[in-house]
Parts: sequence; structure tokens; C-alpha cells
Amino acid sequence: MSAIVIKNNQQIPVTSIPVLDYQDFLIFNTFLLKSEENHCVNYFGIVDNKNVKLFCCIANDANQTILVSSSIINLEKTYPSFSEQHLAFEKFEREIHENFGINYTNHPWLKPVRYSFNRQQPKNTIANYPFFKIKSEELHEVGVGPIHAGIIEPGHFRFLCNGEQILHLEIQLGYQHRGIENLFLQKKKLIERNTLAENIAGDSVIGHTTAFANLWESLSNNVVSEEIMVSRTIALELERIAVHTGDLSGICTDIAFQLGSAVFGRLRTPIINFFQEWCGNRLGKSLIRVGSNHFPLTNELKTKLIVLLDKFEPDFDEMCKNTFHTPTVLGRLEKTGIISNPLGKEIGLVGMAARMTDINRDIRSSHPYGYYPLLAHQPILKGHGDVQSRGQIRREEVKQSIHYIRKLLANVPLQQEEEKIQQKLTPNSFVLSLVEGWRGEICHCAITDAKGELIHYKIKDPSFHNWLAVAMSVRNNEISDFPICNKSFNLSYCGHDL
Amino acid sequence: MISLPLIIIASLFFMGIVIRTKSITSGRKGPGIFQPMKDVFRLWKKGAVYSETTSFIFQIAPSIYFASVLMAILTIPFGEYPGLVSFNGDFVFFAYVLAIGKFFSIIGALDTGSSFEGMGASREALYSLLAEPAFFILMGSFALFTGHTSFVDIFTSLHFGTYISYALGILATFILIMIAMIENSRMPIDDPKTHLELTMVHEVMILDNSGFDLGLILYATNLKFAMYGALIANFFIESLPIYISILIFLAVQFTFAIIVGILESFNARFRMGNNAQFIFTLTSLSLLIFFGVLLILKKIV
Repeated sequence: MSAIVIKNNQQIPVTSIPVLDYQDFLIFNTFLLKSEENHCVNYFGIVDNKNVKLFCCIANDANQTILVSSSIINLEKTYPSFSEQHLAFEKFEREIHENFGINYTNHPWLKPVRYSFNRQQPKNTIANYPFFKIKSEELHEVGVGPIHAGIIEPGHFRFLCNGEQILHLEIQLGYQHRGIENLFLQKKKLIERNTLAENIAGDSVIGHTTAFANLWESLSNNVVSEEIMVSRTIALELERIAVHTGDLSGICTDIAFQLGSAVFGRLRTPIINFFQEWCGNRLGKSLIRVGSNHFPLTNELKTKLIVLLDKFEPDFDEMCKNTFHTPTVLGRLEKTGIISNPLGKEIGLVGMAARMTDINRDIRSSHPYGYYPLLAHQPILKGHGDVQSRGQIRREEVKQSIHYIRKLLANVPLQQEEEKIQQKLTPNSFVLSLVEGWRGEICHCAITDAKGELIHYKIKDPSFHNWLAVAMSVRNNEISDFPICNKSFNLSYCGHDL
Repeated sequence: MISLPLIIIASLFFMGIVIRTKSITSGRKGPGIFQPMKDVFRLWKKGAVYSETTSFIFQIAPSIYFASVLMAILTIPFGEYPGLVSFNGDFVFFAYVLAIGKFFSIIGALDTGSSFEGMGASREALYSLLAEPAFFILMGSFALFTGHTSFVDIFTSLHFGTYISYALGILATFILIMIAMIENSRMPIDDPKTHLELTMVHEVMILDNSGFDLGLILYATNLKFAMYGALIANFFIESLPIYISILIFLAVQFTFAIIVGILESFNARFRMGNNAQFIFTLTSLSLLIFFGVLLILKKIV
């Protein structure tokens, strides 16, 4: 066996993961990715004595499995890169190089990922960072950021333009690096770690915390009640509705469609205000706790949510109809920022950004967890890969989420007796947890040592896969269309930088 | 003579009405009518900050821009009453004194050396270049129609008598509204509310301006709107008693502001690449006026 086959949230002993020779490891994993049903969910390294142990996790979307394999490499040697075989590994290998200084022989460009300077050569800071340049009299460069014009997050965007047309965009992130993964090891209390998970990315609080909770419950052998599973699912779908509606408002703002911008903005508010009523925080912080639920969905809250959705849905429908039927809006959205299906597969897109170009990738249906197996989720797919598709997918996913919430509300079980939470983690274990946040697949991965202490915690936000798609989608578009392309993906900076 | 104080009065509330209309159409209360002017006064009380990379061009550009708009306003008549500056061919003077102001605001933006402002300047230059033929064909047609070449003579001898001439008046109003939108960098050409430098036209050119200079530029926009409003009003004033024509003037300005607000509320901004095409449409519309005039004058059968 070249790899161990596991399910989402399944706990396995670290020793059961086969250790391959690097050459076999490379051939095995890159061969897996040749099949369309496989994609790389995580590829990372941990320090193993003086060597580095690499773990590669490939998810198979067809039969709900994840194939985990590993390899031990020596830092002194040079190795051929995975990226040469498949572009989807490019970012992962850059990160491994950034953390351990592994020398790859044929990686296209080992530039910084999660830091704004080169960790291996600290003298290379952003001030003298070698951006991709072009020698030309006619072309011009436009640098945007790292300070954002609005109130979003820091990132540097370097455009090479021919007049108004973008030829190339280079995105440099890492300004937001907080060392979250290390904090997970330093903080020993469960509540501290739980809070850390909530703060990975402010717009996917529920998504990241659910991934953390699922992983932790598996690692500490806690079984959660049906009631907790249902309320987590409701929270996740509510978060999807809130963010998607907010994004529709953002897209309308960026094309100066004032009506949509104002109405979608207003529609988002009652949803996040419901979170405030439910758990005391508009982003849903403190709602999800490992093994327990401090904020049960009472009958009163249930009625409120039903009334809220009944009010929300007709307004949302009307506004969507209005927006997607206004000629000037369609003129801006259609055929803007196209990612073709083959390109999307090459990049290894996940989540909403994959589904907009007809790649069926949705953890809720391919690796269901919690209450999703019972919902029998069918992903919504769009084929054009433009901003319009990304808008439409939001519209339909909101409708779908409303439908799921109504269905779940009809049968939320009463809260059961609070069970005692098992605190101790299983020693020498490996768990991988996948959650479909609103943006796409969130992957958390943990490894414990012989004493049952965490030795590695790995987080991957869907943005990590998808940032390259933003850079590719704006090519040959007008530079003034960059903001809507960017907004239509709405990727996370802090989730990427960690 | 009387047009100058009237335009200044209209400029005080024009932007306020636009913003109020936009607020109401999106279901909000919105600020008071005089809020934009209060903002301008606040800016006028402040000093300006200048970037070290800029030269004196950047410092004089806002004043010249503002002065050019004032100068252009002086040529605008009010019904039978000529403006302070009035001579044969003053509409050519009007167009090019505005162009001088624009030229200075463009080189002022280039002076900052910012790549954003360079892009904004090139866009603004292109759009005003494309809008120029529309204005000249429009005014030229009316000059041909009336046989005069100054604003006041054109407007006083312009009498709508036939159906065709009414149609021409409506077309001319539409073209002037759109030219005003383009010259002021409003929707659907440009989005004045955006925070995105990459999509801006006019806003990005004034990113480095602050304090008093910024106040001048903002107020110049209000003045320019009121100025185009006054041009449009002149089509309707004819030789009525002064108190009626003042009412008509104010009503036209008010309606114009509401039209601007509505145009900006229910449309998305055009894709940048389609703007040039759109502005050319205005030229072809003014050609329609030209042919209409030829028809009336029986120059073509």
C-alpha cells in the first residue's frame, strides 16, 4: 500500500501512514491527481529529528475517501518538485520551502507565501522584492497595496498593463501573518484553542470553528449529540447566506449599481443580527464549542429564524431578479474574469470558485460530515466561469441554504443532558477534518505525540488554492474590472497568511 | 449679468438634491440638501498638504481649474440678458476655457507621478476629447439655425415653432445632460462614489489634493453642473417676464438634479472599454440635430 485510505474526521495512528521513498511519493501523488475526481487537500511537512517528514493528503471526491501518504526527506539534498507535474502543488511546495528551506530542482518560483519576506534569505524583504518585470517602453506597471483602499486587508497586487488591458497580475500576500498554527501548539487550554480557531478568518468563523471542533472531537473520542450537529449545520448555512448576500452587495457596489448595493446590504443585516441574538456575536463567535453547545436553539429562536427567513426570501428574490435583469449590470458581469474549466482543474480550485466553472467539488456532498449525509446535498454548478456565474451561484446557494435551514428547523431535537467532555487526546494520532465553508473547503489537520500533546496543527483556508485564480481571471481584462473580479472571488487574506 | 448669481445659487443645492435623490431611491434618509456645500466650506477652512514629489504645477492646477469654470460661467446668458462676457463666437471660448482647466487638472495629476493618477488622467483626457465634437456640432447647428454665433443671440432668436424644432430641443437637452455627466465624471461613465482607484476616472486624479484645493475642485463640480443646467434652462426661457423665467430656471435645475440622481441610482457603470463608443453615440445624436436644422432651413430636400 502506498497510502492509507481514511474518511473525513477519522482518527488513525500516525504509524499507520505509509512512509514512501520520495521518488515513489512523488509518482504516487502526482499520478493520483491525473484523475479528475482527486484533488490535493493538504500537503505539509513537520520536523522529524533532523529531517522533514512530508504528508500529502489527496481527497477522492467519488468514493468519500482521503488518501494519506508520507515521505521523509533530508534537508541537505535537492529534490524534484511535484509542481512540475501538477500546478495544484505549487503553493504547497512554496510553503514547505518557506518553512524548511527544502531545495527543489525544478520548481518554477519559490517565492514567499505566508510571509512578506523570504524566510530563507531574510535580507530579501518586500522593499527589494523581485516582482515579475517586463522590459518594454509601451507597457506600464501599476502597484496596488499593501494598504487597502477600503477597509479590507493587506495584500500587494502588481499589474503589468498594456494601456487599460491587464497582461499579468502578480499577487503578494503574507502581511497578515500571525503564526496561528504555532499558537495552537503554544496555547494548552481547549478554550484558548477554540477561540484561536474562531479567529483564523473573521468571515468564516463558523466554518473554521466547525472544522476545529469536528477534528478535536474525533481526536479526543467525544461523540456529539444530534442536537449539536443540527445547530452547527444551521449556523454554517446561515453564515453562507449572510456572506453570499453581503458579497452580492459588494459586487453591486463595485459596478456602481446603487440599488443592489443598498438592498443586499440591508438584507445581510438581519441574518448576522440573528447570530447576535443566538450567541451574542454577529459573526457567530463562541457559538461552536468542542463537545458542547452553550447556546441551544430554543423554540423562541426557532420561530424568530423562521419569521426572519420568510421576510428575507421574497425581498432577496425580488432584488436578485432586478439585479440580474438590469442590462447595465449584465454588461459588466458577463464575460468578465473568466476561468475556464481546464484552467480551474489545473489550478486545483475548490468550493464556490470551482463550482462556477463546472467542477463538482463540494465537501458537503463528496465528504459529508455532521448532518449533511442526511440532507443529501446536491452541489449547484455553473459553466461559464465569469463574474456572472459567481454571482448566480451565490444567488442559488442562498436559496438552497434557506431550504436546508427550514428543513432542519422542522426537526431540531431538544437539548440533551450535557455530557462530560473528554479532554485527553489520543496519543500518536492523525486526524484530518474537512468542512465546506461558504468559500469552499476548509481543511484542519492535527498530529499528536506519544503523550497525547499536539505536535502539529495545520490549517488550510480555501483561499490558499484560489488566489491564483484571481490572478489568472483578470488577464486580458480591463484593469478597471479587477475590483469586481477580486470581489466575486472574495478570498481571505488572513486565512491565507495565517 | 443675472445668470452668474443664479448659477451660484443653483450650485449650492444641486449636489445636495442629487445625493438626496440617490438616498431616497435606495430606501435611505440621506443627508441634508446643503451637506455637500458644508463639506466644501469645511475643506476651504483647511490648509493643503503637498507631496514632496510634486512641483508648482500641482499647486496651481486646482485654482486654474476653478477659475476656468468661473470664466466659462461668465459667458452663459440668462434669456435676453447676456452674460458678463458676451461676443460673437463665445461658445467656442466657453468650450476651450473649460478645456484649459481640464488640461491643468490633467497635468496636475500627472505631476504626482502616481500610476493611478496617470491612468485617471489618460481616461479623462480621452473622454473629454470624444465629447467635444458632440458639443460643437450641437452649438454649431443652432448657430446655423439662428444665424448667430454668441450664446445670447442664439438663445434669444431660437423659437420653437415646428414639430421638428421641438424634437431638436429635446435632443439638445438630452445631449447636454449627457455631456454634463461626462464632463463631471459621473455615471454611467464614472462612479463618483467608488473607493476603487483602478476604476476611477476623475476621483483618482484628485487623490493627492487636500484641504482648500480639494474644496475648490469639489465646488467646481457643483458649479459645472449648475452651468450646464443653466444652458439647458436657456432653451426654455425665451422672452418671458423675469420672475417667471427665474422660476423656470430653478425648476430646470431641480429637475436636472433629480434626473442625475435617478440615472445614478438604477444603472451600473459602463464597462470602461464601452465608454468611448457611448460618447460617440452623443456625437451621432448631435448630427441628427444638424440634419434637422438643415431640413428646417430647407438646405436639403
